[in-house]
Amino acid sequence: MADATKAANGTPERRRGGLSMPPWLASTLLLSAFLAGWEGYVRLADVNWFILPPPSVVLQKWVDMLGGAKIWFHTWITVAETLLGFAFAVVIGIAFGALMGKMRRVEQTLHPFVVATQVVPKIALVPLFIVWFGFGLTPKVVIAAVLAFFPILVNTTLGFKSVDRGHREVMMSLNASRWQTVTQLELPSALPYILTGMEMGIVLSIIGAVVGEFLGGSQGLGVLAVQEMNSFNTTALFAIIIHLSVVGFIFYAVLVGCRRFAIPWHESVLVHKRD
Amino acid sequence: MDSEDSGAPGDSEKTEQSDDSAAAGSRAIEIADVEKQFVTRHGPIRALSRTNLGVRRGEFTVLIGPSGCGKTTLLRLIAGLETPTSGEIRIGGAPLWVAGQRDAAAVAEMGVVFQDPNLFPWLTTIDNIALPLKLRGVAKAERHDRARALCRLVGIEGFEARWQSELSGGMRQRAAIARALCYEPEVLLMDEPFGALDAITRDTMNLELQRIWMATAKTIVLVTHSIAEAVFLADRIVLLSARPGRIEQVIDVDFPRPRDLNVQSLPEFLEIREFLRDRLEN
Repeated sequence: MADATKAANGTPERRRGGLSMPPWLASTLLLSAFLAGWEGYVRLADVNWFILPPPSVVLQKWVDMLGGAKIWFHTWITVAETLLGFAFAVVIGIAFGALMGKMRRVEQTLHPFVVATQVVPKIALVPLFIVWFGFGLTPKVVIAAVLAFFPILVNTTLGFKSVDRGHREVMMSLNASRWQTVTQLELPSALPYILTGMEMGIVLSIIGAVVGEFLGGSQGLGVLAVQEMNSFNTTALFAIIIHLSVVGFIFYAVLVGCRRFAIPWHESVLVHKRD
Repeated sequence: MDSEDSGAPGDSEKTEQSDDSAAAGSRAIEIADVEKQFVTRHGPIRALSRTNLGVRRGEFTVLIGPSGCGKTTLLRLIAGLETPTSGEIRIGGAPLWVAGQRDAAAVAEMGVVFQDPNLFPWLTTIDNIALPLKLRGVAKAERHDRARALCRLVGIEGFEARWQSELSGGMRQRAAIARALCYEPEVLLMDEPFGALDAITRDTMNLELQRIWMATAKTIVLVTHSIAEAVFLADRIVLLSARPGRIEQVIDVDFPRPRDLNVQSLPEFLEIREFLRDRLEN
């Protein structure tokens, strides 16, 4: 009897326990439901596979592709373009962001140009880059860098401007040099912002590289996708899109992982540790 | 006209100070005719009218006054965080400002504790405390040894490897005191260091500060708005008044050391407290 009432009422912990499954399980269930819905729709409504292939077939195609050497070659090309472009964006973005965050004059002078580069649809510049730099890796690296540059620049600037006044006074009371203030105070203080900019930038870098490949070139996953599209192989196209998503996800996950090592003290990291 | 008005109390203060000028050699801090004006959009504001004050070596001086009396400005002037509009500040006999630049040797004589602990969140407690030595290029092992000894002194042993977000408010302020003591400055300047702490922690920290002061024999200048804290800690209380900020009176407090919290119920203690409360309310 007592057991029955207890079960009926349900203790608060029980109720919460019932609702809160681990987040990774919830995500997996959600994804499975989505894929099942897709599969069911294609099979039951008898959709033409040329329009929308079922996920099971796409997945099989992707696995087949991974067995061959071709996709790895093109993956390597796209990864190289992305990482090179991203590296340029990081170096230039942090350097200019630091200057703009530290010096009001520099910020006021460069601000219109930064806004201008954002207003211009950069993807529209891709053909121009191809004219300038040819069909090789260079234009893709440039596009990847240009796209990732902005979020890194803006976040770095914000980070340098957000240095705590009290912390500055500590450095002043210790008679720290300008260089010491940069390395011991401003950089570590801005690092969470810089990492956020980098997390946003890496995703844009991949987009830049692939779009560059779409519009001109002979190597890379973007080229592969265009080739499949031109031969009306929708299933392979889907497989490549999945492949690209996985590559992008890995990049992003690596950067988020960096956060834990680079700023273990930061609230965004500590909050996970407390869970 | 204005300057004449405020010149009068400044002058009387000066004569008062020159009485014990025989002890000038043992002055840790000397403030001579110092004035401070802030230039704002609404015109200049005089934060501190002409002020003279000497602080003896090893003395515990407390600055107290109503808000806007310039007590924090005076402390920041001593720390070299503000430039005096006129007058001279000498630390250990040497001028603080030389040709518009803070003298590095004079600044090194002072450690500053702010109202906020201002620990760097990306450094552990031990690295926060050792920061002043790091800036001077002291090797890691050596500065950590020093920081560990300071952790013992201020009573946060065992928390060396923690982030500041894992420390309580009182422990953070202890770490801030340890950091200020790190390179053995002669003078410790404290700007309402316990203002953000609860009353019980504050009493504890007052006792601890007295202990640290007696153990290290530093010269301390502390700003507070708590009358009880002022009377409990001070050898001398400097009472400031507002608009424009100036020194109104210097009061000697000579209860024997070390004082415990019971000193607060002595009739002399209450007398000074009542007197100060009276003056601060007017």
